[in-house]
Amino acid sequence: MSYVLNTPEDQKAMLAAIGVASVEDLFANIPAALRLGRTLDIPPAMSEMELQAHLSQLLAKNQSASEAVCFLGGGAYDHFIPSVVDAIAGRSEFYTAYTPYQAEASQGTLQAVFEYQSLMCELTGMGVANASLYEGGSSVTEAALMTLGITKRQEVLIAESVHPEYRQTLETYAANLNCKVRTLPTPNGVLNPDDVKTAVSDATACVIAQSPNFFGHLEEMQAIGDAAHKVGALFVASFDPVSVGALNRPGDYGADIAVAEGQGLGVPLQYGGPYLGILACHDDSRFLRKIPGRLVGQTTDRNGKRAWVLTLQPREQHIARANATSNICTNQGLLALRAAVYLTAVGPQGLKETAELCVRKAHYAAEQLCKVGGVSLRFKAPFVKEFALQVPGDADLLLAKLRAKGFHAGLPLGRWYPALKDCITVAVTEKRTKAEIDGLVEALKASA
Amino acid sequence: MNNTQSTEVIFELSKSGRRCHRLPACDVPSSQPLDKLIPREHLADKPPPLPEVGEIDLIRHYTNLSARNMSIDTNFYPLGSCTMKYNPKRHERLAALPQYANLHPLQDDDTTQGMLEILFEMQQYLAEISGLPAVSLQPAAGAHGELAALFVAAAYFRDKGETHRRKVLVPDSAHGTNPASAALAGFDTITVKSGANGLVDLEDLKSKLGDDTAVFMITNPNTLGLFETQIKTITDLLHSKGALVYLDGANMNAILGITRPGDFGADMQHYNVHKTFTGPHGGGGPGSGPIAVRDFLAGYLPAPVVIKDGAKYKLNFDMPKSIGRVRSFFGNVGILFRGYCYIRTLGPDGLKEVSEQAVLNANYLRARVVEGFDVPHAGPCMHEFVASARSLVRERKITAKDVCKRLLDFGFHAPTVYFPMVVAEALMMEPTETESKETLDAFADTLLKIKAEDPEVVKIAPHTHVVSRPDEVKAAKELKLRWKS
Repeated sequence: MSYVLNTPEDQKAMLAAIGVASVEDLFANIPAALRLGRTLDIPPAMSEMELQAHLSQLLAKNQSASEAVCFLGGGAYDHFIPSVVDAIAGRSEFYTAYTPYQAEASQGTLQAVFEYQSLMCELTGMGVANASLYEGGSSVTEAALMTLGITKRQEVLIAESVHPEYRQTLETYAANLNCKVRTLPTPNGVLNPDDVKTAVSDATACVIAQSPNFFGHLEEMQAIGDAAHKVGALFVASFDPVSVGALNRPGDYGADIAVAEGQGLGVPLQYGGPYLGILACHDDSRFLRKIPGRLVGQTTDRNGKRAWVLTLQPREQHIARANATSNICTNQGLLALRAAVYLTAVGPQGLKETAELCVRKAHYAAEQLCKVGGVSLRFKAPFVKEFALQVPGDADLLLAKLRAKGFHAGLPLGRWYPALKDCITVAVTEKRTKAEIDGLVEALKASA
Repeated sequence: MNNTQSTEVIFELSKSGRRCHRLPACDVPSSQPLDKLIPREHLADKPPPLPEVGEIDLIRHYTNLSARNMSIDTNFYPLGSCTMKYNPKRHERLAALPQYANLHPLQDDDTTQGMLEILFEMQQYLAEISGLPAVSLQPAAGAHGELAALFVAAAYFRDKGETHRRKVLVPDSAHGTNPASAALAGFDTITVKSGANGLVDLEDLKSKLGDDTAVFMITNPNTLGLFETQIKTITDLLHSKGALVYLDGANMNAILGITRPGDFGADMQHYNVHKTFTGPHGGGGPGSGPIAVRDFLAGYLPAPVVIKDGAKYKLNFDMPKSIGRVRSFFGNVGILFRGYCYIRTLGPDGLKEVSEQAVLNANYLRARVVEGFDVPHAGPCMHEFVASARSLVRERKITAKDVCKRLLDFGFHAPTVYFPMVVAEALMMEPTETESKETLDAFADTLLKIKAEDPEVVKIAPHTHVVSRPDEVKAAKELKLRWKS
């Protein structure tokens, strides 16, 4: 069933109009020796009913955040998604369109992206935001690459408390460019600004820190940024887009480029993607010349009417080719739309309440969990919606026991930080109820 | 009908005190002020100034905006190189099932066995379709896949001690992402000319190929919709110099089950799952750009890949030669999931039929378009072809852009315009297999009609859309990239 429409009669008429005898003749330019000459070895076609049954049976083998209470974070969070987000993102006029190359035929998408860019500026306190990048890790990386171009320096300093997978992404890109990445240790769970002062030099293009960081703790962002600026380096801040409902924004504490994983803004967990890469920076030509990805700008049409178009395209790959600021073409447009609808739905008050609920529930959870014998907060720094716990015994085994009791209780930190193999991080969103938290505490008591 | 209500910028609809989403009361002790939990210096005085609107405002705003788009579901969308085929509704419903949609990316493998089985199978299908046995599903889009594959090539040559291979050769008809990815992977890009027939100029390729060549990136069928008939000669030539061949898989829709990149000599390729296997394009994304490579490159792929260990599926991070990650988490799984649904719905015969009918439709449309437009390169074409409006410019002062804008008035999305750059006044048309002869005829009739229209009408088109000919120069000069009160 390949969704084709041409009947045998249509095909006959079409072949006659083309002037060939058969469809096979249209492939005459493919040499016989290169033909597959057999049927592809993939399973036979399924009807919609069969496919649905097949997938239901496969998916039943998963234990998702719907089947077990989810306290997992690490850059992807079980936040609530208001139904209006699905309703709008489910409009096929949005999701079956493509990049708005034809402005007149794409004013809906273009205005939505312009609004997304505007919302990101408000959310970050920065001057300009692009139309989206892939996800958090490539956003950190693209920001680092921007700073190399802006400063003409080669060294990137990144805190060990930044999401390990963002750091790995940065390392992959840097290995192929004239760029040296140095990781600044965070033995106390957060970066010491004095260590940044010691580490920076006039070779430093940027310092990258994340707050709340991978452990959930707040970094001293102002002081870290000041240390970077002192040597003429730039400050890249990875932030949490939901927590800024209550916290200072990157623009408030002196970031030059703000990046984030935007999944928390109305994007389902869906096993890691598609998510949303947020990137915002100063409204300054030094930055605008180097910003990656698409930008939508406001203009007027031939009748003087307000209109939106893709702009500053000479930076982009389809025009600049090898000299482009980035190779990105297809971005995460539909997820940017979800984020825009989410932020509009929650509004300033809703975002504040969501962030505060996360803070209060996370602190309640930490307090209660630490009453269990052998369990304690691993780090002293303030946290927001996620925190690192030291647990007794084997962390992996403990988490497996808790899964059996219906809890995705946390992430085993040893997977990324061998020195923290007896630690887990626990994330608590606004969706977690007191009963669920108390349930986790009871389960932990019985398992630890 | 007036569907302009609430289409002002969302901030302009804001009224203090209005709101849409409401949260439950806090059910944990909440008497302490927030700054007892988080030090004052981290806290904002007030939340970000987001718009304040009610639910009907929000719904009407975005619904009316959606009506300002052309889309596959509303219009024929022959945007060349983008494979704008029908996006099956069943995929959307299945992808929303909570056992998939609510799966956290860092869950233990024991709790994601169904997911991993789907992804493992997807790796197998993509390997089989490409003839390249090792697959990474991690890249988020086609350009991201190109980059990942070039990182793989760089790691491979580093391993072999051949770091002098600094050059990536790219045909002049290639997508802009090819040279951009090569530069980002640290290579120097060298352009290879196309001949008058639209195919790679073999002599030019030979003159640029040397011991310093790392990779030749080729799109096949190429962006003119032509199959590179000398592809085997080309790939043999590259291999004889110890270089690798990369296939830009943007045009896989033409060759499914007919010929395989691995069989014609490509060592690496990416897929655009959102194109070939019909993940929706999302108004600009998300995509998904898995890569497939030969066995000897498998160890360099981004980790993790899904492996089967006895009866159990698991994410394999134990890949010491891996280039590392190109992103966080597994990949754009939502699009891979839809691609899986598509491949299972079609099966091997359905996939081959896709390519046959995509090629038939393109050739039929070509035959109709040739009635009134230049098509510089000889047919048959594959899944797309490139026409030119150059004689229209000469004779009637109507440009390719004008034709595109006028098409919008008749309810057709425009073809890709001014690409590839090797054709003047290019109109690149890709009808896909999911369109009928009637639609193709209506589109071709309209193109021919526009050709004969009063140029003054065409040059200020569109006339029926909400805006017409937005001033792009002004947009770039008087930059306004955000709303300000």
